[in-house]
Amino acid sequence: MATVTLKNLKKSFGPTDVIHGIDMDIADGEFVVIVGPSGCGKSTLLRMVAGLETVTSGEVQIDGRVVNNEEPMDRDIAMVFQNYALYPHMSVFDNMAYGLKIAKVPKPEIADRVATAAKLLQLEPYLQRKPRELSGGQRQRVAMGRAIVRKPAVFLFDEPLSNLDAKLRVQMRLEIKQLQRELGVTSLYVTHDQVEAMTLADRMIVMNAGVADQIGAPLDVYANPATEFVAGFIGSPPTNFIDAALIGGGGGGGGRIGIRPEHVRLTDQGQLEAVVGYAEALGAETLIHLRAKDGGQITVRQDAGQPIPHEGQTCALDWDTAQVMRFDANGMRQ
Amino acid sequence: MEKRVTFKGIWLPLLLVLPQILITAVFFFYPAGQAIYQSLFIPDPFGLSMQWVGLGNFEYLLSDRYYRASFLTTAIFSILVTVVSMGVALYLAVLADRLIKGSGTYRTLLIWPYAVAPAVAGVLWLFMFNTRVGVVTWYLGLLGYDWNHVLNEGEAMGLVVVASAWGRISYNFLFFLAGLQAIPKSVIEAAAIDGARFWTRFRTIVWPLLSPTTFFLLVVNIIYAFFETFGVIHTITSGGPQQATTILVYKVYSDGFVGQDLGSSAAQSVILLAIVSVLTVVQFKYIERRVHY
Repeated sequence: MATVTLKNLKKSFGPTDVIHGIDMDIADGEFVVIVGPSGCGKSTLLRMVAGLETVTSGEVQIDGRVVNNEEPMDRDIAMVFQNYALYPHMSVFDNMAYGLKIAKVPKPEIADRVATAAKLLQLEPYLQRKPRELSGGQRQRVAMGRAIVRKPAVFLFDEPLSNLDAKLRVQMRLEIKQLQRELGVTSLYVTHDQVEAMTLADRMIVMNAGVADQIGAPLDVYANPATEFVAGFIGSPPTNFIDAALIGGGGGGGGRIGIRPEHVRLTDQGQLEAVVGYAEALGAETLIHLRAKDGGQITVRQDAGQPIPHEGQTCALDWDTAQVMRFDANGMRQ
Repeated sequence: MEKRVTFKGIWLPLLLVLPQILITAVFFFYPAGQAIYQSLFIPDPFGLSMQWVGLGNFEYLLSDRYYRASFLTTAIFSILVTVVSMGVALYLAVLADRLIKGSGTYRTLLIWPYAVAPAVAGVLWLFMFNTRVGVVTWYLGLLGYDWNHVLNEGEAMGLVVVASAWGRISYNFLFFLAGLQAIPKSVIEAAAIDGARFWTRFRTIVWPLLSPTTFFLLVVNIIYAFFETFGVIHTITSGGPQQATTILVYKVYSDGFVGQDLGSSAAQSVILLAIVSVLTVVQFKYIERRVHY
């Protein structure tokens, strides 16, 4: 168990700055998710904590100790990789026991710890199999088992679910959350999937082009995005952005307003007119995509019971002013 | 689903494989058949008549102590060439694999020796170690070592081994480097996080995952040492001193073309043919059963 502290952490590859200074305190036992689009530097950030990338400037502290120059093996961490990174020539048992054997843990204790982890992860019938004889979900579990048996201070997850199919992803997401709760190990989890971030995180870091746009609890971030980027990235379907000038009284200066799809209503008389493009009926809800006068795309989410407008029909859109998020020309929340 | 291409008639496929069959027939089946045929006769020195001796040539060879000595020489020579060339190549490949900048240049430079023909390589090394004007010999002389591979059997063997292994390092290097780069980086990183330092990682992860490459190279290098080193030996030692570097394939030449004992030479070729067949079967069996992770 440990805390993790990042102090003005920066990374450059040659002349290219990839991470522009991240500050964060992660509490003992906290589950923090780093979320952002591909190329935003989230994996690099995690790899710096792991010790697989050098730190250009700033500090990584684990349990109050600066580990910038320590080898990965000396940091008391365990990592789960996107492609699982299992040792292909070893059995499931040996995969999980590898770190313990190197640490010269006595054999009976290795057997004991692996058995416990295997039971926890329902891997008992597969201990003698090779990774290639396992399904994707089972391989994922072995990778988790390998991390668990070492009883590390910090778990690092690098997009661990992105190689699984949708159904398995939801199931493993739950299992990871439960496991982390049970073990209470401080965890850092990287993903590009905002649903994973919302469901797993105690707190999340939303990254955009090497900058942490916002750090906070998922629902706080959802309700109060700090930037236009965060408002657009967190939530599905994404927030609608409308040119402030289009609805009048936007404060001028090229700002935009953001309004979430569930907060927009189709009415007879509203603040904005738009033409219905197409509707997606998803069963419990319907997503209606419309086009505003300036060509901007607007999505409305409504419950299944409500009438669905025809394609090409002109509708008026209305919303509560309290739900409107105003952003300035630089995308910052006003 | 049928993955193979299927042809309707017989003529097009036949036409397509014909060049390969012709080349094999002219340059392999015909000479091999001739060798087997001739190995059963003893021709007179002028080639005017041939006398049937059955397996006499083989019986004589197997009881000939020079032939048996040549077997031992070949074994020592090929083991040394294989170990030296693969060992150095693996070392260089591991270094190149860790290289981030300039690896392209490094790789290109390392591949060059492979382009040098064995006979030319032999002459290059001969110049350097020439007993009178060789650069290396001169420096060794300064250190008080009297290098003379013309008289010293061990030095002669050492020189042909080094000259044969040298060009081969490039080839092995390429395969080892490809093998190393085929190991997912995350597997190595996972091992590093698991606490394995460089040597432990190499021993427990890299080496086992490299084993298909290593085995393939082992067979290929032994075949190379057996057959393709003729040029090196011919230019440097001509099999001497006192037949200390006469490997089997060189003995085929010296007995047949120098000693004019064509029957014995043909019999030796047949024995070599049998050896290379066995090695090839081993290799193919292995490649078929090769584990795909």
